[in-house]
Amino acid sequence: MAGHAPWSATVAREVLEALPSYERLMLPALQCMQRTFGYVPDEALDVVADFLNVSRAEVYGVLTFYHDLRRAAPPRTDIKLCVAEACQAQGSRELVAAVEEAYGVRLGEVNSDVEISEVFCLGDCALGPAAMINGRLRGRCTVDSVRAAVTA
Amino acid sequence: MITIYVPRDSAARSVGADDVARAIAQWSVEEHIDIDLVRNGSRGALWLEPLVEVVTSEGRIGYGPVSVEDLPSLIEAGFHAGGEHPLRVGVVDELPWLASQQRVTFARMGMSDPLDLEAYRTTGGLHGLARALELGPDETAAEVLASGLRGRGGAGFPAGIKWRTVLEVSSATKYVVVNADEGDSGTFADRMIMEGDPFTLLEGMAIAGVTVGATQGVVYIRSEYPDAIATMRTAIDIARLDGWLGDDVLGSGRAFDIRVVEGAGSYVCGEETAMLESLEGKRGMVRAKPPIPALVGLFGQPTLVQNVLTMAAVPGILAEGSGHYQSLGVDRSRGTQVYQLAGNVARGGIVERAFGLTLRELVEDYGGGTRASRSGRWPIGGLPAGVRARCLSGLRVPPGGWWHARARRRGGLR
Ligand SMILES: Cc1cc2nc3c(=O)[nH]c(=O)nc-3n(C[C@H](O)[C@H](O)[C@H](O)COP(=O)(O)O)c2cc1C
Ligand code: SF4
Ligand code: FES
Repeated sequence: MAGHAPWSATVAREVLEALPSYERLMLPALQCMQRTFGYVPDEALDVVADFLNVSRAEVYGVLTFYHDLRRAAPPRTDIKLCVAEACQAQGSRELVAAVEEAYGVRLGEVNSDVEISEVFCLGDCALGPAAMINGRLRGRCTVDSVRAAVTA
Repeated sequence: MITIYVPRDSAARSVGADDVARAIAQWSVEEHIDIDLVRNGSRGALWLEPLVEVVTSEGRIGYGPVSVEDLPSLIEAGFHAGGEHPLRVGVVDELPWLASQQRVTFARMGMSDPLDLEAYRTTGGLHGLARALELGPDETAAEVLASGLRGRGGAGFPAGIKWRTVLEVSSATKYVVVNADEGDSGTFADRMIMEGDPFTLLEGMAIAGVTVGATQGVVYIRSEYPDAIATMRTAIDIARLDGWLGDDVLGSGRAFDIRVVEGAGSYVCGEETAMLESLEGKRGMVRAKPPIPALVGLFGQPTLVQNVLTMAAVPGILAEGSGHYQSLGVDRSRGTQVYQLAGNVARGGIVERAFGLTLRELVEDYGGGTRASRSGRWPIGGLPAGVRARCLSGLRVPPGGWWHARARRRGGLR
């Protein structure tokens, strides 16, 4: 994944100041924090609340509503497996089990390196099982192709 | 010069299209063969992806699904001249699967580089916008109404009525919002439009903007679709440079611009009022209705909300006249329906036909029946729960589309 800056309140304020007027809203501001730091550090809540003149609780509410917004640093390897209906019909359950075993991590868990999570449809339904591995879409996945994509 | 097509659609890329394109480029350099390598959109024959096409005197000959490992034997077979090979599928336009379709919204899909504006213009692009500017708002809204176009995002509400409502309410600020949250499993047509024919969607939005009197358009795209987001943003830049988005749309003196907003992973933001909340930067909580978004929408202003497929049908309706679109379909369902076949079928992909297809035709004739032996489940776009074999024989795809099918199924079809 692209390099991220270490947390700094000064950097946070700078990137927020650079947002165009139509992005001076809670969700875009939090997305901006995540683009910059790789996740939304707790300290960023106050900076965002202050910047937008809203309460910390309101910002917190938005942060916890959206699955994409992370509250901890991202893992080096990010494996998202589609478990929605069309992929299930193409064997995604078996794939999940095999990938869990290959990495010794269960769905929804992170170890120091790898996070395996579930997603609901990646728009690759005709070429399932589908996965998003380190931000890249992969289709017709097998445990071997997932491994290959991780090292690609 | 030989023209070779390798799709850039994210589904094709997900199964190695980039590697295939790179290998073909490398081969052409090493062998000093002059090729024009075009990264087109996908034809929608997804089971054949990556589908490599070569232009010959016979037409565009396809090979698929091609992997890098197949390339040596393809080269050996002279694929660049249309040579015989086990992966050769013949002239792609003549595949019964494709030739029997009625591609209207997907007419341009896979034909050229989706960001090639010249190709867009030479295939009828911007005629609809030019005609809308000529007709003016009232007559344009009337055309949309006369076409019988209904919302493709679920509720099936007549688009023309919504357009008229937003047009008639007076307000200094109005918005046009396209819902590209496409969250149901088995649906990918919105994504394919955005990646494969982005100008059509933008043109539809521009027509809507100048008609209802909005100056700002927004496309809300789910974050699971990074390629669609990137392609749409580039397409917007190109359209702006070309002068049909921005301060002076096609020299009309009317302003209309568009921006892309990326979602953040929520499974309810597909509902339009939740999407509007999200666009305001808040939690995506459903609003109480009324008031309807057409009257009180984004930031409290009148807002036309339309699904990607609905909006992408608009340029064709304006360019060809509402009569053509209206002449397709059955009963109250006019025009074509874009079916998305996925799951346990032999041939997953996009099938566009006038309304009135039977499920058997869809799953067996187009889908090629079930693949291997997994229990018969065929998730079909818009019908997340999957269809079971018992429901299939001779059942017509109901007017209004799949949400109706779901309701009927709940009512005891199972
Ligand atoms: C739970 C829920 C999810 C929805 N998801 C979508 C969606 O992903 N895309 C979409 O266009 N409409 C979706 N809709 C329908 C929208 O609320 C809205 O009717 C539609 O975007 C209007 O556009 P249309 O008239 O062109 O269909 C959803 C509705 C509900 C209740
Ligand atoms: S029908 Fe399904 S998608 Fe629609 S509101 Fe109910 S649960 Fe949600
Ligand atoms: S259901 Fe898995 S990609 Fe759509």
